[in-house]
Amino acid sequence: MKRSQIFSMYILIVTALFFSATLTPAPAKAAAPEAKIGIVFSMTGGAASYGATQKNGAQLAVDEINAAAGATGIHIKPFFDDDASTPQQGINVFKKFINGDHVSAIIGPTLSDTAHVTDRIAQASSVPVLGVSNTAQGITEIGNYVFRDSLTEAVVVPNTIRTAKEKFGISKVSILYGNDGAFTKAGYEAFKKALLDQKVTILSEQTFAKGDRDFSPQLTEIKSQSPDAIVVSALVEEASGIVSQARQLGIPASVHIIGGNGFNSPSFIKNAGSAADGVLIGAAWSSTASNPLNQKFVKDYTAKFGNPPDQFAAQAYAGVYIVYDAIQKAGTPFAPAKIRDALAGIKNMDSVLGKFSFTSGRDADYKAVLQEVKNGKFVVVGE
Amino acid sequence: MNIFLQQLINGVFIGSVYGLFAIGYTLVFGVLDILNLAHAAVFTLGGLVALWLVQNAALSIWLAFPLATLLSGILGLVINAVAFAPLRHRPDTYFSGLISSIALAIIFESAALGIFGARTVRFPINTITVHIWQVAGVTITSLQIEIVLIAACLMAGLTWFLRHSRAGKAIRAVAENERTARLLGIHVDSIIAFTFFISSALGGAAGILFGLYFGALSPDMGRSIELKGLAVIVLGGMGSIPGAIIGGIAFGLSEVLTVAISGTSNLRDAVAFTVLFAILLLRPSGLFGRKQIRET
Repeated sequence: MKRSQIFSMYILIVTALFFSATLTPAPAKAAAPEAKIGIVFSMTGGAASYGATQKNGAQLAVDEINAAAGATGIHIKPFFDDDASTPQQGINVFKKFINGDHVSAIIGPTLSDTAHVTDRIAQASSVPVLGVSNTAQGITEIGNYVFRDSLTEAVVVPNTIRTAKEKFGISKVSILYGNDGAFTKAGYEAFKKALLDQKVTILSEQTFAKGDRDFSPQLTEIKSQSPDAIVVSALVEEASGIVSQARQLGIPASVHIIGGNGFNSPSFIKNAGSAADGVLIGAAWSSTASNPLNQKFVKDYTAKFGNPPDQFAAQAYAGVYIVYDAIQKAGTPFAPAKIRDALAGIKNMDSVLGKFSFTSGRDADYKAVLQEVKNGKFVVVGE
Repeated sequence: MNIFLQQLINGVFIGSVYGLFAIGYTLVFGVLDILNLAHAAVFTLGGLVALWLVQNAALSIWLAFPLATLLSGILGLVINAVAFAPLRHRPDTYFSGLISSIALAIIFESAALGIFGARTVRFPINTITVHIWQVAGVTITSLQIEIVLIAACLMAGLTWFLRHSRAGKAIRAVAENERTARLLGIHVDSIIAFTFFISSALGGAAGILFGLYFGALSPDMGRSIELKGLAVIVLGGMGSIPGAIIGGIAFGLSEVLTVAISGTSNLRDAVAFTVLFAILLLRPSGLFGRKQIRET
């Protein structure tokens, strides 16, 4: 009795092994190889407006890649998820991607605050992660599996200040920034350093908090100091409010407002209206850049989603192509370590952002632009 | 001196919007002794619906404003019917009503996210003509004056309504004592529903004015004002309408002046809520005392 039980169990195990051995490779042989990529953005919560365009950008890239891959090329199987703009939810999503979905690479999350926590999980599990909007310090320093295609404020801002000073003769400025977010604070620190390097006088520093709508107290103070320009580090929600309220309070248009990456969105111009004219924006991407890939992207995106893309959509779109390029170079969609090595080797890749490379520190390396808003449009005024 | 005057104007202006918002809270609290935490979601939806009417139905703001206010009032009826009425006669009605109104707030916010999208949007630039005036070095816009006037009219109208109209007197009777009101032949359930209607209509109106001035509407804009509204009614006295108005303006002034003096918004909430804390310690009933709806 006992013996026959053992025997039947043995048969069972052998059959199971046999089936698992024969069945698992079969679909891979029959269909085109699929690269599982986890894509996580903030679809709800404070950063939901960024997540929405990022997801559109990534989706467009995935669709294009899969259409071009045909029957035999490597396809991308995206796993989209929402980090709810919080690190806690980001951790859940990363764990699900790595332990449940067994993805080969991860794109996201939206916010630097979240990436600080989640990217450690990817590093510990040896799954490459590519941030497409994290610009704060200390992200890629987490480890050799952490990359980003978003130019940091530390690269964009000095370029902005230098060009603005040369072109508009700015010598004294007031600063206004959000002091409760990694993104706006990193922007402020970069601005301050660049201003000091360029020997521009800082008349005062004022702050606001995430979600503020009323900036009149700070702007009233700034107005009384009569600066040449107001340097603002803010996300787009606050940016348009600041600019419109500054003009409403009677700060003349001759006082330029200088902003960073956060201003680089069509919704900034839409929400600020005519007050946006004359605003100087240093940015990692311009919708008007002449690069043909970029022109095509802007056209296709607008046709598909009914709205023009912003920088966040462009960086997400580029991010999918960068990961795909690495997967192709690695030759396999299943080996995260090989994909990591291929990512690190990317040099002068043609992308919507321009000629794209990774630095040895796995940060993005390409040219930033300075734009001015003229008649409701971004115009590149310098590089 | 001009800067100081300008800051005072900034404070009174934002304070009048806080006041209008807080009246809705305080009205429901004064009548029912419960907090309606879905009030901030109505504030958001009021603004977004008005925007939709202006943008998609191409209505003038002067028509969209009353329509969206009416719709916010109807949302109030929904809040009452869904979150409060079914729980009213349970022993734990205060607590469960609080929780169910939070649930409804989440539903409203998600609905706003689904319908209107996550983008921060604004009223079209030419919705309302804005004149900017410089008077003695102080900048005032026509929009600010219109908003303060509308808020003042709504507050005055509500006070008159509660004091003199039949329905207003019925509301006060229910606030005084629900059972006595019922014995006197007042249809208590409809009066409660009506209270929710007025409260939410005012909340929605505050949302529209807020959206018109700050030009930034988003599904989560109610969050920033939710706690402030609560602070304002505690400051003014829970259930007191003049308390909500004065409390709103005081709160607005304290915010603006803190930012103006310190140059940072770090201390803004700290100062406002420290004042609140002090009031709770020294005068727990608030500046104007509790439950004055009946005495309005």
